Order: sequence, then C-alpha cells, then structure tokens
Amino acid sequence: MSKDLLFEIGLEEVPARFLRAAMEQLEERMVKWLEQSRIAHGVVHSYATPRRLAVLVKSVAEKQEDVQEEVKGPSRKIALDENGNWSKAALGFARGQGVDPEQFTFKELNGVEYIYLTKSSNGVETAALLSEALLGILSSMTFPKHMRWGSYEYKFIRPIRWITALFGTDVIDLEVTGVKSGNVTRGHRFLGTEAVVAEAGAYSEVLRGQHVIVDVKEREGMILEQIESLAAEKNWTIAVKDDLLEEVLFLVETPTVLNGTFDPSFLNIPQDVLITSMREHQRYFPVLDGEGQLLPFFVTVRNGDKRSLDVIAKGNEKVLRARLSDAKFFYEEDQKLEIKDALSKLESIVFHEEIGTVGDKVRRIRRIADQIGETLHISGTDSESVSRAADICKFDLVTQMVYEFPELQGVMGEDYTRKAGEREDVAKAVFEHYQPRSASDDVPSSLVGSIVSIADKIDTIVGCFSIGIIPTGSQDPYALRRQSQGIVQILLAKQMPLTLSQLFDIALGVHAELRSLDRQPDDIRKDLVEFFGLRVKKLLSETLRYDVVDAVISAGFDDVISVVSRGEALMQAVNSGDDFKTTVESFNRVSNLAAKAEKAEVQEPLFVEEAESNLFRAWQSITADYHTALSERDGAKALALLGDIKEAVTKFFDSVMVMAEDERVRANRLGLLASIDRDLKQFADFNKLVW
Amino acid sequence: MNFQQMILTLQQFWANQNCIIVNPYDTEKGAGTMNPMTFLRSLGPEPWKVAYVEPSRRPSDGRYGENPNRLYQHHQFQVIIKPSPDNIQELYLDSLKALGVNALDHDIRFVEDNWENPSLGCAGLGWEVWLDGMEITQFTYFQQVGGIETNPVAVEITYGMERLASYIQEKENVFDLEWVDGISYGDVFHQAEVEHSTYTFEVSDVKMLFTLFNMYEQEAGKAMERNLVFPAYDYVLKCSHTFNLLDARGAISVTERTGYITRVRNLARQVAATYMEEREKLGFPLLKKGGDLNV
Repeated sequence: MSKDLLFEIGLEEVPARFLRAAMEQLEERMVKWLEQSRIAHGVVHSYATPRRLAVLVKSVAEKQEDVQEEVKGPSRKIALDENGNWSKAALGFARGQGVDPEQFTFKELNGVEYIYLTKSSNGVETAALLSEALLGILSSMTFPKHMRWGSYEYKFIRPIRWITALFGTDVIDLEVTGVKSGNVTRGHRFLGTEAVVAEAGAYSEVLRGQHVIVDVKEREGMILEQIESLAAEKNWTIAVKDDLLEEVLFLVETPTVLNGTFDPSFLNIPQDVLITSMREHQRYFPVLDGEGQLLPFFVTVRNGDKRSLDVIAKGNEKVLRARLSDAKFFYEEDQKLEIKDALSKLESIVFHEEIGTVGDKVRRIRRIADQIGETLHISGTDSESVSRAADICKFDLVTQMVYEFPELQGVMGEDYTRKAGEREDVAKAVFEHYQPRSASDDVPSSLVGSIVSIADKIDTIVGCFSIGIIPTGSQDPYALRRQSQGIVQILLAKQMPLTLSQLFDIALGVHAELRSLDRQPDDIRKDLVEFFGLRVKKLLSETLRYDVVDAVISAGFDDVISVVSRGEALMQAVNSGDDFKTTVESFNRVSNLAAKAEKAEVQEPLFVEEAESNLFRAWQSITADYHTALSERDGAKALALLGDIKEAVTKFFDSVMVMAEDERVRANRLGLLASIDRDLKQFADFNKLVW
Repeated sequence: MNFQQMILTLQQFWANQNCIIVNPYDTEKGAGTMNPMTFLRSLGPEPWKVAYVEPSRRPSDGRYGENPNRLYQHHQFQVIIKPSPDNIQELYLDSLKALGVNALDHDIRFVEDNWENPSLGCAGLGWEVWLDGMEITQFTYFQQVGGIETNPVAVEITYGMERLASYIQEKENVFDLEWVDGISYGDVFHQAEVEHSTYTFEVSDVKMLFTLFNMYEQEAGKAMERNLVFPAYDYVLKCSHTFNLLDARGAISVTERTGYITRVRNLARQVAATYMEEREKLGFPLLKKGGDLNV
C-alpha cells in the first residue's frame, strides 16, 4: 500500500545560482529520511523554479517496515549471581529494554557468553511521521547565503510564503514562520492563480495549468528548442553559453524566447566587450553569423507568454542602448589614457598589503620574466618583447572598461596595446599572460606570453608563500593551486626546459632582492617543492595509474617534462603485459639487495662468476645512452635501455649467490647491484608498482 | 504619466498602506537609505512604516548634463516597512500597476542583488527588479544596519524614479522627461547638473574638503559624547558626502580609500548603537503605538 508524497516550499524569488543545488539538496534529504525511517518508496522527482523548491516521491509505503533487532546485554558472568539467579545488572537491563528476563538468550561472542535479546518493533504509519520529518528537512537545509525576514528568527534562502505538503490526497500539517501547509500552490506570478493540488501525483500538471513548468529539464528543452528554431528562421548562430543558460533557466517559470536589435554602429567596439556587456548585465544571448562575427541582434528569454513581446523587445533595446553607450564611452576614454600614465596609477593599487602594490608586482614580474628568458636562451627579439610585455601586462587594470568588467582584463589590454602601436607579440602576450584562466582554458600560444604568464604566476605564489598564505583544504583565496597548475601546464605544452628549482631560485631571488622576506627562502622553497609536487601528481593522475605516478615521482619531479615522459613510458610498459612484470620483479630484487650495500662501488677483479661480469658489462653498455635519454627527457628510450639488461639481471640471480662468504666478493656484488639501482631510481622507484 | 504624478501616485499608494509620508532630509546624501528615517528607524524592535522621495547626490556620476542616463543628483522613492509584511512583493507589484505598468504586457523579474553599504555598516539581501531588462527598483531585506543585526527585519523598496519615468514616458534622455505639462526635467535640473559637475571635477578645494572631513568627524564625536544621536548622524552624513566629493576629484588613493570608509563606518556604528540605547531608555515608545501604524 503506497501513496505519492509531495513537498513544495513556496518562496520569494530564489537566486538563480543557488537553485539547482538547493533542489538536489531537498531531494537528498528527503530520500535519506525515507531510507533511515525504513519507508519503501518509488521514483523521486525534484523540481525548482525561481519561486519554489519541490520534491515528489512516488509510491511511498504507508507503513514503515517492521524490524527485528538483536540487543546485546551484560556477559553471563555478570548477568547471573552465584546461585544462577538473574543479577541486579541483568534485571536492570531487562527493565531498560522493557522486557521480561525470560526472553533473554545467551550467545557467544569472542569466547564470552552474553545475554542477547531479540526485539521486534512494528513499523509506524508513515502519515504519523511526516509532519515532523518535513519540518526537520526544512530546518536542516543549508544555503550559501541565509536571510531573516519579518519578525522571525528562522533563516532560509529567501522568505517562505507557502508550503504544499501532501501524502496522497491528505495534507501533511506543518507550520513555519507563520506559514501553514496546505494543498494550495501558487501559479505563475502574473499568468496564474492559486490552485488546489488534489493529489500529490498531480503536482506538475496542476502547475502546468498555471503556466509554471516545474521540471528543470523540460524548461531547458523549451528554451533550447525556441532558440534553435529562431536561429534556423533567421539564419543566425545564437551563442548559448552553458552558465548563462543555467542562470536563465532558473529565472523563468514559463520561458518565451524573444529577440531584439541594436545600432550596428556599436559593432566598432571590440566584440568581447559587446558580448560581455550583453551577457553579464542583461543575460542576453549574443547572435553571430556563420563566421563567428557578432551581429547587431540579441536573444533573451522572458518569464511569461507571447503577449506584448514587441513592447518587451523595445524595452530591452532601450536598456541595451544605454549599456552599449556606456561601453562606447569607456572604450573611447580608455584610449585617451597613455600606457605610461596607466602604469603610474598601478603604484597606488594595493595587490596585497604585505606583498606590495600592483606596481611592485609588475617590477618583479619583469625581473622574473627576464631571468626565465636568459635561462631558456631566447632570442634577442623575444627577450625585448618579454621585457616590454612584462612591464605593461597589468596596465589595463586601471582602465574604465576593466573596472566595469573585470573579466575583460587582458582582453582590453591586448586591444589597447595594439592600438597604442606596440609590437604585435607584445599585445598578444598582454592577453596571454593570464592564460590558462581555468583548468580547461588554453595555455598561451606564444613563447613571450608563456614566459610572462609563468613569471606572473610564480610571483603571486612566492609572494603568498612568503607571508604564510599556503592553500589548505578548501582555503585557497588567491587561487594558487590553479596558478601552479597553470605553470606546469605551460611548461609541458611548450616543452620548456626549465626546471622547477630554476624557477623557484629565480622568483625567490627576485623577491629577496626587492622586498624584505620574513620567512627564510629555504623554508619557502621547501613549501614550494611540496606544493608543486602535489600539482604534478594530480596532473599525472589524470591519465596514469596512481602506482605508476608514485613510482616516477619518487625519482624526482623537478623536471616536469621528464617526469611526464617517464610516467607515460612506464604506464605503457605496465600495460604491455607479463613480460614487463618479470622485468620489474628482477629490478626489485636488485633494489632490495642494493639496500644492503655499503657502497655503490664495483671492482672488476673481484668478479668470480661469469654472470657477474656479464651483468656488469650489460649495464656498462647502456649507461651512457641511458643518461643521455634521461637528460633528453626521452622516457620511452630510457626505459627500453633498462629493459636491455633484464636478461643479464635474471641470469645473475639464477647463478650467483650474492651473499657469498667471502666478505669482499659479497661487498663487490652488492656494490654492483647498488650501482645499477642508483641508475634505476633515476627513472622510477619500481617497488611502488602494484600488480 | 509625468514625473510629478508618479511621485504623487506612489505617495498616495503607500499612504494607503499606512506609511507615514515624510519629506526629503535636508542634508546631502548618496541614497535614500542614509536618511535617518531609514538608517536609524530600521534599528530596534519598534515597528515603522515610512515613504519619501529622496534627492540623492552621487558626485562622481556627474556628467555636466551631457549624458542621457547619468546624473549628479537623481531621485529615489523610498519605502521602509518594519517588520517586513508577508505580502510585500504583491504590494510592490500593485504599486507598479498604480503607475500604469501592467505586468502581463511586460517582463518583470526579481534578479538577485545583495546590497551593501560598507561605509554605513549595512547589508541586506534581495533583488533588483527588472522591467523589460531595466533595473527600476532595489528591493532589500535589511539584515544589518550600522553593524547591528536587525530584528525585526525591515524591508526597503527603492524606486529609481528617473529610470522608471524614462520607461513610462518612453524618453531616451533623462532631461527630456516631463516633470509637469510643459516643464521638462531639464528645465528644472539641467543647470544644476552642469554647475555641480563643474564644481565637483574642476573647482572644489581638495585641501578644504580634507579639513572639512576632519572637522565633521570631530564634531560628530563631540555630539556623541552627549549621546546626541541625530546631530551626530548629520555630521556622519556630511563626512560621507565630503568623502564622495574628494573621491570624485580623484583625491583619495585606493589605499587611503579603505581608511576613510572605515572612519565613516566607525562613526555610523557608534551612532547606531547609541540610538538603540536611547530608544530603550525611552521604552521603545512606538512599540506601544503599533496599532496606529497598523502592523
């Protein structure tokens, strides 16, 4: 016997960005309660619109499941007195459990006998539990921002205005902040009215009749379908960005797509500016032609039906005109600002009180970037561009456009730099030095941009580490993890032969030179090594098995390209099959015995067996090439060379008794193994592999 | 509907909701929230319902009367109701209807906008209300005023009168708005816009303004020594306006900015705390008169 269960919380407009998580949370809490309460149920649907959060659980059992549980009491020794009668302890246990001691049984646990009691409790009617449960669920909801309203102490994401709570056709009674639950929901704010939900399962259809599409997926489908048909009709490409669609989805209860236009003369402003203004200020979808060029139209989604769409389009056009006029004004004003004047303004913008102004930061970026350039032996032209790009990379922070749209930092910088007649590679680097902006963003395409980007990022990281700002857990206010990840991504993508220790040395040196450091550079370096180690590990773990990652990281990650190359080669070998497994086993025997060696030294005259000198020769024959391969970061080649000595290793163990009685022979054999092991460990710690 | 009729309509509408209609406060301020009818009265347990027009000065928004949308001084219509009534959104939408805005012919949305006024230690949660994409109203549940948690919570509705009028009257330029028949917004305010912009950006005496800021701050402190909340608050407002003038002149660096805002906020906090104490000494008189305010 089951009924549907509906719980709808009617709210004043909930911020769009919180709605999906809130909807999921309500469902989770509801399901968790049902399961903990042993109430069987069917499919769960959750719904959300700006004015409501709801969960509908199909086929909820009308009664909790009966349950039998075993309760353990005192041990037999304590439960019975010397005469074999129930002791005080046993009687107390019986009283506590509300049973007669005659119901006790004895059972052994770890060699001791205990009193056991089998209790069965009959399930309660679900209906009797629901009021308290729903109130509990409501009160336990958490949100990124809470508020109070009226005279209530209660906190919720927005004021609660109605509650619809039904078990089948019965109202579940509850009351919060003066709102009593009922079976009356509210329709669309303007198109609908109040409406009775006679039966829980009818919820979404009742609201459909009131111009509310409660199902999020269905609303999304409606928006996309209307956008697609508009695009087809007009031969437009409508740029639907996921995060904007997500927001719009939760701003409307009945979506109707409409479009408007703006004066084509605004198209002289950079496309990014227009798109940002339309998206960020107005939540409009921009319209492009087949080549990705912006057209003077926009698409927006109204919360309502098709009535008076022309009036609404006109209103929106008016607002956009004012917005774009502002943007145009900023764009023109910004170009009157000379780069050198903008740079002097950076001196009064505080980057961080203890690390200095943005002006200070720029001076450090310049020196770090120059030194990276020297280390990489870049050309004279490139190094001029690196210096200039580093000097001016932050100037757009004081432009009006970036003040208005912070996300256009770099974008405006590139445009204004080019307009100011700077070199093309400098302009490009001003944009690229922010890349990658996120884990999925591209790395800089140019060498100049890459170098300035690394310099900017390592400066921020070293600056923060120097005053003890080191990310822990979820605390990472300066996004240092992302920035370190960015550095590693660039080094790899550009195959830059720059080691982390070279980079740390440069950055620590510049910081020590230009500001007074409270922490010892060596302490900072230790933290940096650990921090970057985790980033490299995370990056490798995206494609490689964890044991492979551990194995190659043990051999060092200072050279990021090398560790990745070694990791990829090792992963491939591990996947290649059993043959490699035996190779690793033989390497591990080398390592295990090498640990017993006092010195990694070999004296040829002390070899007794042929297998000994064979192994020595096999190893000698690969060492030069092996080290060259390692220094050329060719993991596959290095690993293949190691494979070449496998046979000699196997034969060695088959025929040589390492722990010989003669101390010198023994030491020499261990010394050989230790020497080989030292080379193996430059590739990976093969012991870390798991089979 | 002309500008004057809009004001009268809103006044009548909120008077019908038992709001006290008061007149603008006579000290310069950047927003209707800073009027003591809002800032002080939204504190403490006493019920309160008030509505008024507030001419609000934003020196850095001055554009010499040349920009069709930006003004040195604009008009807010401000409503404060404490505690916030359960049907406040419906009341607000009815007020739009009174102004001739039929919701079915428009796209009206409540878009998240959490409001903060750091220099007064105020924070609230709510929305900006959009009419066909244009922000026409700020709608806020005060959570904190002068650094003090509000209890009960007051709701503040701030209509941006020029924006609303430009929509209702279908005008592109604020100076073309009709104040009354035959008299435009420009006729009434254009000269002042030009002169205030000129003064703000070209003429104001920075040294004198810094001196004034310090003097106002000291005077506020002096008034506070005698628990004279209202006079002290007037000087807080003067500090705030003086700061805005200095800021518009570009005389305050980013680093100093925080310092000045903190100074104003500290004063505002003191005033708020003392106001609460003084009302308590009086026995929160409006609590007993709750019936008259119909809350």
